[in-house]
Amino acid sequence: MILECKHVWDYISEFLDDSLPAETRELVQKHLENCEICSAILDSTRNILVLTADDRVFELPAGYSERLHARLAREIHGANSRPEKPTQD
Amino acid sequence: MDARSPGLDEAEMIAAILAGDSDLYHQLIQPYELSVYRMALSLVKNETEAEDVAQEAFLKAFRNLANFRAESKFSTWLISIALNEARRRLRRQSTVRMESLDEPPEEGGKVSPALLRDWREIPSEALERKEVRNLLQEAIRHLSPMYREVLVMRDIEDLSTEETAGALAISISSVKVRLHRARIMLQKELAPKLKLASPKKRRWFS
Repeated sequence: MILECKHVWDYISEFLDDSLPAETRELVQKHLENCEICSAILDSTRNILVLTADDRVFELPAGYSERLHARLAREIHGANSRPEKPTQD
Repeated sequence: MDARSPGLDEAEMIAAILAGDSDLYHQLIQPYELSVYRMALSLVKNETEAEDVAQEAFLKAFRNLANFRAESKFSTWLISIALNEARRRLRRQSTVRMESLDEPPEEGGKVSPALLRDWREIPSEALERKEVRNLLQEAIRHLSPMYREVLVMRDIEDLSTEETAGALAISISSVKVRLHRARIMLQKELAPKLKLASPKKRRWFS
């Protein structure tokens, strides 16, 4: 059995997760060895997902942590023992 | 800001907090500050709102800590709370978007990737460039919520397929289908742009 490109595209996500049944994986693998377009699609998808998952893409705003913990402290200690307002911006 | 209790694991910290040592909560949530914020930011419009949602989620988690069940991971539980908080806010803001949030349409037509003949690996150092970070953020934002949620949970927050299905109350096969489509849509939007942003000589820092 030979897979066409558009069928290979359907398997990209599961191929990356290594969750394809062994025989399907092998068919996809064979196709990839002979198809530069599908290999480029697979490589670019993998590359893009690695970049997307990087902690640098979404960074915490300055002062986030301080503001969060100040608010938690107010909640935890209730209205009666409100700590001083945080001094950061 | 809080006393360190290095000897306690997560379950012990939760037990101690429920027994009255509330200040330990600061320490309990520290490892999750980024992931809860990121989950929120991927759903709401801007950083200010995402910060609000994250704060609300952490407060809710504190108030409801007694309901946390140890069979799920604390991180997954927190992320679910952030998801629901973000959804609640979106619903309040816009009734137009409710449909896509609450009743995802059936997974319809196929998505096709961007066709390329070769791909030159883009190193993660490229993320030092704001331009590249913005491209990625925008591409995630362009996904509709049903795809964005799954992609963020699986590929950014690193939840398992089962955990994602549980948090979103959808089937495992829906998670797989949505994740596949989300990944292909990201590739379709980003591959051509990243290729252009990648100079022939890779001088990321110039």
